[in-house]
Amino acid sequence: MIGMTDAASAGGASAASGVPSLWTVAAGAGDTLQAPSIEYGKLSPVLIVLGAAALGVLIDAFAPRRARYSAQLFVALAGLAAAFAAVIGLAASGAATTKAQIAGMGALAVDGPALFLQGTLLLVGIVGVFTFAERRLEPAAHGSRVDSFAAQPASVPGGEGEQQAVKAGWTTTEVFPLLMFAVGGMLLFPAANDLLTLFIALEVFSLPLYLLCALARRRRLLSQEAAVKYFLLGAFSSAFLLFGTALLYGYAGTVNYSSIARVVAGTDAVTDPVLADTTGNDALLLIGSALVVMGLLFKVGAVPFHMWTPDVYQGAPTPVTGFMAAATKVAAFGALLRLLYVVLPGLRWDWRPVMWGVAILTMLGGAVVAITQTDIKRLLAYSSIAHAGFLLAGVIATSEDGISSVLFYLAAYSFVTLGAFAVVTLVRDAGGEATHLSKWAGLGRRSPLLAAVFAVFLLAFAGIPLTSGFAGKFAVFKAAAEGGAGALVVVGVIASAIAAFFYLRVIVLMFFSEPRADGPSVAVPSAMTTSAIALGVVVTVVLGVAPQYFLDLAGQAGVFVR
Amino acid sequence: MSFPLLTVTAALPAVGAVATAAVPAARRTAAKWLALAVSLATLVLSGVVLARFDPGGARYQLTESHAWISDFGVRYELGVDGIGAALMALTALLVPFVIGAGWHDADQVEERENSRWRPTQGFFALILAVEAMVLVSFAATDVFLFYIFFEAMLIPMYFLIGGFGDRAHAAGEEEGAKQRSYAAVKFLLYNLAGGLVMLAAVIGLFVVSADSLGEGTFSLPELLKARASGDLTISTTTERLLFLGFFAAFAIKAPLWPLHTWLPNAMGEATAPVAVLITAVVDKVGTFAMLRFCLGLFPNASEWATPVVLGLALVSVLYGALLAVGQRDMKRLIAYASISHFGFIILGVFAMTSQGQGGATLYMVFHGISTAALMLVAGFLISRRGSRLIADYGGVQKVAPVLAGTFLVGGLATLSLPGLAPFVSEFLVLVGTFSRYPVAGIVATAGIVLAALYVLVLYQRTMTGPVRKPEIEKMPDLKVRELAVVAPLVALLLFLGVFPKPLTEIVNPAVEHTLSDVQKKDPEPQHPVADHTDPSAWFDYKPAGHGGGDHE
Repeated sequence: MIGMTDAASAGGASAASGVPSLWTVAAGAGDTLQAPSIEYGKLSPVLIVLGAAALGVLIDAFAPRRARYSAQLFVALAGLAAAFAAVIGLAASGAATTKAQIAGMGALAVDGPALFLQGTLLLVGIVGVFTFAERRLEPAAHGSRVDSFAAQPASVPGGEGEQQAVKAGWTTTEVFPLLMFAVGGMLLFPAANDLLTLFIALEVFSLPLYLLCALARRRRLLSQEAAVKYFLLGAFSSAFLLFGTALLYGYAGTVNYSSIARVVAGTDAVTDPVLADTTGNDALLLIGSALVVMGLLFKVGAVPFHMWTPDVYQGAPTPVTGFMAAATKVAAFGALLRLLYVVLPGLRWDWRPVMWGVAILTMLGGAVVAITQTDIKRLLAYSSIAHAGFLLAGVIATSEDGISSVLFYLAAYSFVTLGAFAVVTLVRDAGGEATHLSKWAGLGRRSPLLAAVFAVFLLAFAGIPLTSGFAGKFAVFKAAAEGGAGALVVVGVIASAIAAFFYLRVIVLMFFSEPRADGPSVAVPSAMTTSAIALGVVVTVVLGVAPQYFLDLAGQAGVFVR
Repeated sequence: MSFPLLTVTAALPAVGAVATAAVPAARRTAAKWLALAVSLATLVLSGVVLARFDPGGARYQLTESHAWISDFGVRYELGVDGIGAALMALTALLVPFVIGAGWHDADQVEERENSRWRPTQGFFALILAVEAMVLVSFAATDVFLFYIFFEAMLIPMYFLIGGFGDRAHAAGEEEGAKQRSYAAVKFLLYNLAGGLVMLAAVIGLFVVSADSLGEGTFSLPELLKARASGDLTISTTTERLLFLGFFAAFAIKAPLWPLHTWLPNAMGEATAPVAVLITAVVDKVGTFAMLRFCLGLFPNASEWATPVVLGLALVSVLYGALLAVGQRDMKRLIAYASISHFGFIILGVFAMTSQGQGGATLYMVFHGISTAALMLVAGFLISRRGSRLIADYGGVQKVAPVLAGTFLVGGLATLSLPGLAPFVSEFLVLVGTFSRYPVAGIVATAGIVLAALYVLVLYQRTMTGPVRKPEIEKMPDLKVRELAVVAPLVALLLFLGVFPKPLTEIVNPAVEHTLSDVQKKDPEPQHPVADHTDPSAWFDYKPAGHGGGDHE
């Protein structure tokens, strides 16, 4: 929190709008220096995670190498579990419903959607830590067990430094604090209640992810290429978002969500003389909000801002891909929902047609291109694009049902994704993970159990009834249909049919093709990956067969505080 | 709370499927007996359902209703009318025969050293899983519940088609595996696409009901009540769109020309017992759902679509029959014959007369039994010779007379010979169609002539004539297991052919209810009215002039 105040004072010296916020307090500190009032209790989940992340950095700096792995693992899991407990505690105390409030001087919202998504993100984080910490899959390097991350990421791939690091049995335990920082940023992202906090949260979770993408132990060049692509495109989208923020500030004289909404609605006039030339200029409003939305659509991987997805998903270490695919989507959709529902409801008639187009492009584009993929990770990447389209259909509903259905879909989708990528880490041959689809032929005959589990995930992706994917899809489409987007539902149904084709192709390959002689084998994981997969299956089935409790939960969480 | 008979009936095979799948790899025979025992127990339970069903009682009986997903307006609601009870009985009746006929089908899947690879257990578990899902579909009175199982049954069906084919494939082992997998994918994609279109319509129905009733519901009895009382109003365009969404799914499943092309592939590549499961059990859900959901929920749109549907049904009747005449592969021949018969069923459903719909319901049951008999015997024949091609046979009746005889009875039932059960239903469908749409009735009659052609030519080419091929000389006759499978089916065909009354008594009230949904009465007869001395009184149909069909 303190770091943010510093950033703000550098940001706007002229913010003198009538609405007090974290930024105005910091900027207007001319005469009397007031300490900002922060509700530490309400913000405890974020604080715990970021604190644990900082502790993790210290451990890596000071603890001896052999103790780091277990210490990092403990700190990360304890931090995430404590934060999850804090979220539950907040929700139990009514912070999600009756006592929803804006905290941190207007910077963060503590309300139903925020807490629901934070809870989901923390669980995703815990499962992510499990897959990050897996050390049974890679063959032991010179006697020490290693994980999926490079021995010494800074060394040149294939160079002498790398060989020495491998020989010494080093591992990159920094991944745990990086993951924790990413989770911390993601917790802030859907809760951000002003545009600058939104931007900072975006950077806090994006930067660790860029790094994590580059850390693969195998195929390091591919991994680094993915990281560079992700970073460059991500930096562009962040710039868009920031530029949009500036334009919106010019329009409204404030970066606070509800204040902007009031200005849009015309209930609040801006009186700041400095901004007299720009306030109320619709061009600024439209371009600014378009730029901000664009930045968020990049993060959710919507067409036409999806170009990075397949390359990054393919190149990143698979545990990172799984974590990123699940968690980024949850955080970014949360932020998008809040932005569109709290800041821009007044512009509904402007953004709805655009989002219609984006949703249709995303659903069809993701589904159609996925058909031609031959790499399982790229296939899942395009499938995640198609799913972003289905989620957008729920966003477009612009109703309370729309919010809760998207929340439910996100929770359901993230566990299927984590489970699916965890399965991908297990199918290996001499070159590491065997991600080319042709190598998966006949997997069902060699390891029926694993193939059956993966088939369950694929069926959930395809939205077959009695899986969580179906319940989520139904909820989202129902909300869209009730919100007057019936045509979008029809497109979504067509896209689902196309998508079903390539999911089935994988199932056909696994069960009905003859295994290849040089095919991959299935590694036997430790209890951590096993529990990640098992959790995925359990959530998939439970949310598919008895979703009512979770729908209720999402339904109660479906109101944004303004 | 009363005993949840329907749930138990449907859950028993589901539990049996799990238990069968859990049998250790080495105990294959135990798994088979377990599956057979479960299917027989299910048959007993469905017999109890039929016995407890009171034809004169309420429309939906043995009802159960529990909250499930209240956010979606979904309840776990079961209940049977006469049609549902009869089709549940058909399903439960056929599955033991399917299991008996497929006793060794999964053994042929090659052994692997992996102890987790258990094809035999999987095969029988999948059959029981399909049975469970079909039973729920027939009993569901909640549209959403029906939809879920209508879709979910595709998955086990898909593995049955793709995973277990005839090992001796004319085109060679590898090519056979390819074609099998192609057939399985085609089956799944067609039906999934139909199902997803239906999903859009299901969502639409929810929105419509939420708009008019305040709270969305999928409960069929409630929707029907709201429709009748005028609380639920659907605009003409919406109703037509929703009807089309539902109908497309059912027409693919049934299958109706031109959405039928998956059926010959699927039936041709699957083993004979699985083919029976497809055509005699799973496809019946499609025609059943047309009666229960299309006509019940969207009566005006059904009437609007009737001319087109009748046209497509007629094309199905003739096209299926013509292509059956031209087939060289006997399983595909039976598949095309089934397409022709599904045309008759849909014709009867949309003729909107009590004879037509009653006949269509009987047709569903009788076609199931007759196709099962014909297909299973064909499967025994194919397993002996290792070929599906008709040209590879000839003179079988000299070496295997019992096999040839049962094949002939199955074939004669398929061509609706009087005295065998399908004649009753086909006759009723034609009478019912003729009384409202004379031209359609006349055209459909051509289907019977063609049926005689394809069945008799099939019999002639495979069974009669001199024995030319050495493989046929050594062909054994039906074994005890095979005879045990076929004999009861033949007996049933004969029995129901002369005494269909028990079934018609159960079905008729349900048909009257459906007709009242669409607000149709039987047309006044233009032709001489039959009286009770007429042999058609066997079928217990009150002729129109005596007030039958004037149901209020």
